Amino acid sequence: MTAPTAESSVSARTSGPVGVVRRRRVRRRRTVITALTTLIVLVFLVTLMVGRTFYPPGDVVGVILGQDVPGASFTVGRLRLPRAVLAVAAGLCFGLAGVTFQTMLRNPLASPDIIGISSGASAAATFAIVVLSLDGTGVSVFAIAAGLAVSLIVYVLSFKRGVTGTRLILIGIGIAAMLDSVTSYILDRAAQWDLQEAMRWLTGSLNGAGWDETVPVIAALAAIGPVLLYKSRDLAVLRLGDETASALGIRVDRTRLVATTGAVGLIAFAIAATGPIAFVAFLSGPIAARILGPNGSPLVPSALVGALLVLIADLCGQFAFGTRYPVGVVTGVLGAPYLVYLIVRTSRAGTSL
Amino acid sequence: MTATAAPPVPGAARRRHPARGRSLWLLVLLGVLGAIAAASVTVGSREVEWSDVLAALTGSAEGFDQAAVAKRIPRTLLALLAGAALAVSGAVMQGVTRNPLADPGILGVNMGASLAVASGIAYFGLASATGFVWVAIAGAGATSVFVYVIGSLGRGGASPLKLALAGAATSAALASSISAVVLPRGDIAEGVRSWQIGGVGGATFDGITQVLPFLAAGLAVALLSARGLNLLALGDDLAAGLGERVAVTRTTAAFGAVVLCGATTAVTGPIGFVGLVVPHVCRLLVGVDHRWLLPFSALGGAALLTAADVMGRIVARPGEIDVGIVTALIGGPFFIYIVRRQKVRDL
Repeated sequence: MTAPTAESSVSARTSGPVGVVRRRRVRRRRTVITALTTLIVLVFLVTLMVGRTFYPPGDVVGVILGQDVPGASFTVGRLRLPRAVLAVAAGLCFGLAGVTFQTMLRNPLASPDIIGISSGASAAATFAIVVLSLDGTGVSVFAIAAGLAVSLIVYVLSFKRGVTGTRLILIGIGIAAMLDSVTSYILDRAAQWDLQEAMRWLTGSLNGAGWDETVPVIAALAAIGPVLLYKSRDLAVLRLGDETASALGIRVDRTRLVATTGAVGLIAFAIAATGPIAFVAFLSGPIAARILGPNGSPLVPSALVGALLVLIADLCGQFAFGTRYPVGVVTGVLGAPYLVYLIVRTSRAGTSL
Repeated sequence: MTATAAPPVPGAARRRHPARGRSLWLLVLLGVLGAIAAASVTVGSREVEWSDVLAALTGSAEGFDQAAVAKRIPRTLLALLAGAALAVSGAVMQGVTRNPLADPGILGVNMGASLAVASGIAYFGLASATGFVWVAIAGAGATSVFVYVIGSLGRGGASPLKLALAGAATSAALASSISAVVLPRGDIAEGVRSWQIGGVGGATFDGITQVLPFLAAGLAVALLSARGLNLLALGDDLAAGLGERVAVTRTTAAFGAVVLCGATTAVTGPIGFVGLVVPHVCRLLVGVDHRWLLPFSALGGAALLTAADVMGRIVARPGEIDVGIVTALIGGPFFIYIVRRQKVRDL
């Protein structure tokens, strides 16, 4: 190294040439992803073991591998396995969709459950359950269609010489408030049985999950997930602001459209299967960003965090308290301390949200 | 200056004779209010003769018709009071936060009051209306401070976008907490759930008398801080330069707003958007001077809420739609309209 130029002093501060830094980043990212995956597998196995009857790991693994274990085959294979798989799949969807929105709209508070998509799906599902007396697939179809329709309406309404993220968020909040009041109006008129069914759905719950609910979610994840991951680099650039992004050669409107459609699709399928599990989409992104640091795209890590959150929250909801809470209540209550944490952290670091 | 809640006064003529224009609007508004109140007493799922209405108003309750009218009187009174309180509360919140989107519903303050009341019912055996009021005001106060602090984090302070997002996120967390409180208690679930939809259907004179002192106090505080709010609209620095104690004014005015919406929520349940819509419309009529805006908002809010209640009774005959739902369906589009009108930079 010769005369200390500006460049060399920069690379000295980041302790090493660019290649080393990049390798360190890749290593950090790999570690985080591996650790999260391991945790998911562990909690997944625990979920399968614990219940009214406890089954040792050997039995559980045997059931997963398709062996016939007396007793365990039914309880684990038929009851607990679909539930756990749905928890993972829905969690992945929520996490991925949430972080896509947060990255695209450049705001950690702008998740699909805040800006009206969940409210639309909820209102439609309540309508389907209470007024049309549908169940299962019918409700899912309604919820998915409504989620897509609402996001389209929000998008169109916020169009005024192009769509800006700010306007999109605020209009989403307005639409959500209207839809929520529609939901409560329908609920107020519901018969007792319908009411219970609708409430179970609205709080977000994995009770009674079977393969019929789980398979569509996995299919949606397999179809849409890769598209979003492929677009992750463009999304990251969108974070710099619309003008900068288009100057860097990103087709802003198109990226936003693809990302919105993909994320809405994911969230709609997940909601159709489980109901809106509150705050998973909201929390996964920030948590993942915190663990990962500035080491590449947060999409995969936050999908994993989402899956982990749903698994753990469902486990806690079933066994940690005197009452069995649906998973949505547990994650929803987590939202409040997270907001407090946000205050404490920002005021200490003095940074922007 | 950041986003001001102050669209320009329309109409040059009105600006030249502001007092005359305002007096005229005052008369119009009082007339409308009277008509709506009369409609609220006469219209409902049961058709009533005018003679029966007059008889019921003088205290008689013979036969079904007069009894129905007698039930509608406290209901109308509560709708008028709640509308006035919510609208003034919204106008003050918009002034204090200098934010055109502030509203007790959007900021999650109503939801905070709801959670406080639900916990009171579930854990402390709360039953009397007076108990509700204190708990609801406490819940509303805590929530408004919480939302305001979250909304003003980071660069740029409390922008409309951040406040609205913070309010929506807090509402969602509070709603889950309400489910967590209520779910294990099947016995109270029905009561809490029906209370969660804002309505004035169950009004009684006793309930109204119990919140009346709170509403009067809140209204007095709000009206007294009108001049201070005018100065706050100029920006904190200028207001301080003109000798206003900015922090004191802001706290006092916000306290008045919280008491108003907390007490109202305690009797009616959460009703959104009245506090958003009314001050905006009134600003178009009388300008941005809070000394005029607050009384006008009170009248306008009373008119809007009562009209929404009447509408809910007409649309869904023979049943009725709770007024909280009607106001959300009217107010939602209005909210979107305001958002679309603002410049992006101001959000």
